[in-house]
Parts: sequence; C-alpha cells; structure tokens
Amino acid sequence: MDQECAPLHSALIDYRKRRVVPFDVPGHKQGRGTPELTQFLGKECLSVDVNSMKPLDNLSHPTGVIRDAEILAAEAFCADAAFLIVGGTTAAVQAMIMSVCKGGDSIIIPRNVHKSAINALILCGITPIYVDPGVHPTLGISLGMAAADVERAIKEHPEAKAVFVNNPTYYGVCPDLRRIVIAAHAAGMAALVDEAHGTHFYFGEALPLSAMSVGADMSAISMHKTGGSLTQSSLLVMKRGKIDPEYVRIVISLTQTTSASYLLMSSIDIARKTLATQGTELFGRVTALAAYARSEINNIGGWYAFSKEIINGRDVFDFDLTKLSIHTLKIGLAGIEVYDILRDDYGIQTEFGDMGNMLAIISVGDTNYNIERLVAALTDIKRLHGKEGIDLWDHEYIAPVVELSPQEAFYAARKPLPLTECVGEISSEFVMCYPPGIPILAPGELVTREALDYILYAKGKGSLLMGPQDINLEKLHVVRRGS
Amino acid sequence: MELWFTEEHTPTVRFSIKVKEQLLSKKSPFQQIDVFESDEFGRFFTLDGLIMLTEKDEFIYHDMIVHVPMAANPGIKKVLVIGGGDGGSVRELTRYKTIEKIDMVDIDEMVVNVCREYFKQTSKRLDDPRVTLYFEDGLKFVRRFEGEYDLIIVDSTDPFGPGEGLFTKEFYGNCFKALTEDGILVNQHESHYYETFLAAMQRAHRRIKELFPVCSVYQAHIPTYPSGHWLFGFASKKYDPIKDLDADAWNALGLTTGYYNTDLHKGSFMLPNYVKEILNKVA
Repeated sequence: MDQECAPLHSALIDYRKRRVVPFDVPGHKQGRGTPELTQFLGKECLSVDVNSMKPLDNLSHPTGVIRDAEILAAEAFCADAAFLIVGGTTAAVQAMIMSVCKGGDSIIIPRNVHKSAINALILCGITPIYVDPGVHPTLGISLGMAAADVERAIKEHPEAKAVFVNNPTYYGVCPDLRRIVIAAHAAGMAALVDEAHGTHFYFGEALPLSAMSVGADMSAISMHKTGGSLTQSSLLVMKRGKIDPEYVRIVISLTQTTSASYLLMSSIDIARKTLATQGTELFGRVTALAAYARSEINNIGGWYAFSKEIINGRDVFDFDLTKLSIHTLKIGLAGIEVYDILRDDYGIQTEFGDMGNMLAIISVGDTNYNIERLVAALTDIKRLHGKEGIDLWDHEYIAPVVELSPQEAFYAARKPLPLTECVGEISSEFVMCYPPGIPILAPGELVTREALDYILYAKGKGSLLMGPQDINLEKLHVVRRGS
Repeated sequence: MELWFTEEHTPTVRFSIKVKEQLLSKKSPFQQIDVFESDEFGRFFTLDGLIMLTEKDEFIYHDMIVHVPMAANPGIKKVLVIGGGDGGSVRELTRYKTIEKIDMVDIDEMVVNVCREYFKQTSKRLDDPRVTLYFEDGLKFVRRFEGEYDLIIVDSTDPFGPGEGLFTKEFYGNCFKALTEDGILVNQHESHYYETFLAAMQRAHRRIKELFPVCSVYQAHIPTYPSGHWLFGFASKKYDPIKDLDADAWNALGLTTGYYNTDLHKGSFMLPNYVKEILNKVA
C-alpha cells in the first residue's frame, strides 16, 4: 500500500460494481427513491452514499479500508496516527482538547481562537488562560502569539494541561511553533495545533513549518479548506507518546455520528492521495498564483496585499504565502465593504472581510482567469469607490476580562438585556463576526465598553454577527448577578 | 462516406455542415481549434466545437462590428480590439486611413497563427504597420490604461470558457477607464434567442448600461451563429449611434462593403419587440 492507493475510494468503486441490493439505510436506496435529489446531485454520487458495512468498514471501529485510509493519511502527514473526521474541523479541534483536558483543567490558548475551541471548554468545564496574540499596528489584524508570551503563560500557569496554537491564523500568520512546542513539552504540557488553514504546509515548498514536523502532539487539519476534499471533511493527526491514539478514538466517538458519510470520507481519501503524490507541484502553482495576484494588486495602488515583509520574529514568525490577504483602508473602504461589493456587484465571493482587511483563498481549484477577474474587480472598485484612506478602527484585539469559566457562564442563571445596557455585565453568550468566527466576547467575559463599541461598529459596517440567541443581536444574555 | 460537422445550438437543436475535409485539429493551451473545408460555407474554423468564422458569412460580422462605430465617430484614431484572433476586425479597421493605431490583444496566439495560415483573406492585414499584436488575457491587458483608446471592440468568444472574463462588470469598468472622454465600446453581444447564454447576455447588457451614458444594441443576420439573429452592443460616453451618424461623410470614404450601409446602420438599431423586452429584463 502506497500513497498512490485510495483504499476507501477503491472499495466504493467495487461496491458499485457488485450491484448490491440494499435492504439497509439510507432509505433513498442508491438514489432510486429520490428522483429529484438524484437528478440534482447525480446518480453516481447517490449510488455511493451508503452506510457502513463489512467491505466498507466502520469509522467508529475501523479494521479494513477506513483503517488503511487512516494509515495512509498518517503517513502523508508525517504523523503516527490519523483520524478521518466527518463533523468538520470543529470536531477535530474538540477531540484534541477533550483528549488532554478534563473538567477543572486549564489550557493556554490564544484569544483569536476559533469558537470551536471555546465550545470544547464549555462542554468539558475547562478554564482558558488567554494569551494576547498581538495585533499588527497598521493592519489591525490579530497575530500569531509571541513565543515569549506563551512561555510566560506556561511559567505562570504550570497547572495547565495543554498549549493550543493557531498555525496559521486566518490571515496566514504563523507563530514560532517549534519554540512553543518545546516550551510546552518541557513543562509537561501537550501541544495542540489548529491547522484548519494549514493543510498545505505538509506538501508545499517554502511554506511555514507544520505541526507534525516540529513534534506537536496533535493537529486538526481542514482537508476541505485548502486540501480539496468535500466541505465538512477533516483530519485529526497526532504523534504517539504523550497521548494514546486508541484513547483519542474513544474521545472522538463520544460526539461523532455513527453514520459517517462515505462521500465525505472518500473525498478525504482521494484528496490525501492527490496531495501526497502531486502536492508539491499543486501548491507551487497556488503559491505562484498568489504571488502574481499580490504583485498585481499592489500595483493598482491603495490596496495592500501583504506578505512576508510583516514577519517580525515575534508574533509574526512566518507567513503563509498562499493566503491573499488584502488591507483595504487606504482605499477608504472597510474590508467587509469590499467583500460585499465584490459579491454583489462583481459576482466574486471572497472568504471574508473584517474592519480593515479582506481575505481571498487561493487553492488548487484556482485558474489564471479567476485571478484576473479579482484583480480587475479591485481595479474597478478603486475607480468607482476609492476615496481618501481612512482610519477605521485602530486595533482589533479586545483584551478579554474573564470573570467565569465558559462553562459556568454558559450554564449560569441568566437574563436577556438590551445590548447597549450590557456594559459591566458578564456575557453568557458568544458574540463574533462570521467569518472568521473568532469571538469578540465569549461566555464568562465581562462586557467592556470597548467590546461593546466594537460590536456596534462591526454591526454598523454590515458584518454578520453571530453567537447570541437573539439573531438580530438587539439583546444579549448575561449572567444574573448573585446567582 | 459522409462527414458532417455538428454544433449543438441547444441540447435539442443542432446545426450541421457537410464537411469535405478536416484540415486541422489542434489543442492550444486555452481551447480546441479545428479547421474544416465545406461546399456550402467554404473554409470554417471552430473553437471548442463552436463555429467562429466561415469564409461565406464572416463579412457580415466584421462589417457590423467595425463600420457601425466608425461611422458614428469618423474621428477615431486609436483602437483596441480584444479577441478577434482571426484578424477580420483588424482588416476592416485598416481600411480607414484616419486610424493611427490598432492594438489587438488575443489570449490565444495559436488561433492567430492558424488563421494566418488557413484564413489569409481575414488575417491579411495583421501586418499593417499600425497594428500591434499582444497575446494575453484581455481583462488583464485593458486594466493598465486610462483614457487611451477612442474605440474598444470586444470581439470575443462565448461567455463560458476563456472569454468569460470579457462579459463581466470588472471588464467593462476597466474598458470605461481605458477609453477617452468620447470613447466607444462595441461588443459581440451574443444572441437572445436560445436559453444557453441568455442570462449571461442580459447580465452583460445591464452592466454596460450601468456604466455608459449611451448604451444601445443592434443586430445582424449571421447564418452560421446560433439562431442566425445576432446582437452587438454599442456603448459610448458621448456619441449616439444614430444621431451622430454622418451618412454623407461615411459614404464619401468610398468603402465598399458586403453588408453594411448607412441605411442599414440606422435600421440595425431598430429591434423587434420581444428582443427589446428581453434586454429590458434584469437578469
């Protein structure tokens, strides 16, 4: 068995050939019972939307083709074990945290973490020890944590069970991962890495270091984000040693579906094969496309597509060249405004825009034509909407004031209050712009004037704010005092 | 043996030409290029299986895409042709002595080379000293200019495939910027008749209309294009295609044309009701 094999993919092709008569679920029976769905998604697709069975193995207890697919995935990512994940990278992140922490434990975590990580803390009753990730003084983006700050947190909180790291951040900023992993291990802590946006680090050239290459214990990898598998499919990879893979499988099973989708799993298998056999070449092309786009966009004037020049050896230790991150303020527009204009007026969907920046994902699926369209649209937006550069919001990092653990706040007696009256209260809900899904407020945090102003500002600029029960975000649930 | 070339105008409508001989079949980095010889239409070539040009009816298309704007503003000096690798548009443009500079940008050099070899009648003026050829994406080429051209002719393929970028708001916006203050944009506007490109065509029309103070559509009868009823877009910052037509001035040039004349010029802007309705619908 080598990386040219895709055992799960092959097993599904065999299954199709055998023309099995299905008296099991799913009830659409290879698409025959659902003509409209079958016409929409295709017969080929429905014919392999099947349930686990002996020749196709079982994700909860893999002994056949799924196990083989996982072995190959582990090998491809230089890991000792890999798990196919069908609940999104959210599930992988939560399984990592739940594998090393239990109720009452604490974890060192950057504040610009994805909400999936904080959700794990709510579920298990884990206390976050936040590290300021750093904010870029002119771009206003949150950064990757300085290793020295992580080391200080480790020293101040020797009781913490793990250090959690983003590699890279949404914008492509990487921390000094090697130094952080060494520091964590020296203190007996596990090093967990969120590589939702870093699949390609394992395959490209001249890209930042990957978690496995520096000996981190576990990493959550969004195969679907830049790796080419179907949405919601992901990988958890790990090194054997501190943590036992068999135990991790049990933790994953706590919340994982028992009807794992073969469409998702086979897409991981095929994507892994492609990455392992052609990854260097594919990501070489992606890097070249991104570099071309950056230089053309910077030539327009006003826009600033940033790159490695922001590296400072501290909270920007490395930068992912495949990310096309563009600072928009000098054009006189907020990132979210450009994001909206591109979608509504030009039919171009980018990943997200926040206050001062927007992000276009460049991946294996991109062509020169598409890049030209984006560059041309940005040229045109400057012509039509460009004005004097503005200072919108001078920074994005809102230092959290943690009053209660996320779990305590989440389950505490609570009451809804009009948003504007919440200053001084403890939030029992998340508030975040989505994407990127990084909390402005997390359960248990004090609603400061600064946080509230930022929320109102983001709302006014048209960001999609998510988290609270009240979807219009007029009210926020806060913890009832004295409860 | 019977050899037929067939183009699917829709999944259920076909247009076929009996082929005497296939002269070339070649794949460029961008598209499939085929050249055929036929009795009825003479030599013709296709890109990705769609007829681009036949010897018998190419004059209609090239007359209409060039002489209409040239008659509306005889003062045009600098012209940019986007696409048009067969050279037909350039051939018609070079007939105007008043034009000083013609830039042609086509993404696919192989198309130009094939046409130079197999379609000498259309490509014969590509070496005129006023002509410069560029081989790159038109969308990329045009965005570097500001106030440069008096006329931009978009002689493109259909809106899906390599030509897709030439039907977008960003493209028209950058054309607007590249045009002089009284510049004109003429584009191959597809046909309204079949569903295939209808939505793309309506969207393109709406986008041009949003940008240019003057925006109209004119038509021609081109037998080998789907439905035979083809549209062109005329957009400009100043010149009105009918009010500003100086028929006497154009006729004084003494150009002989197979399709275009100054009466037809005006008539071509008079559209059937159902076409008007389609163009007014926002896609």
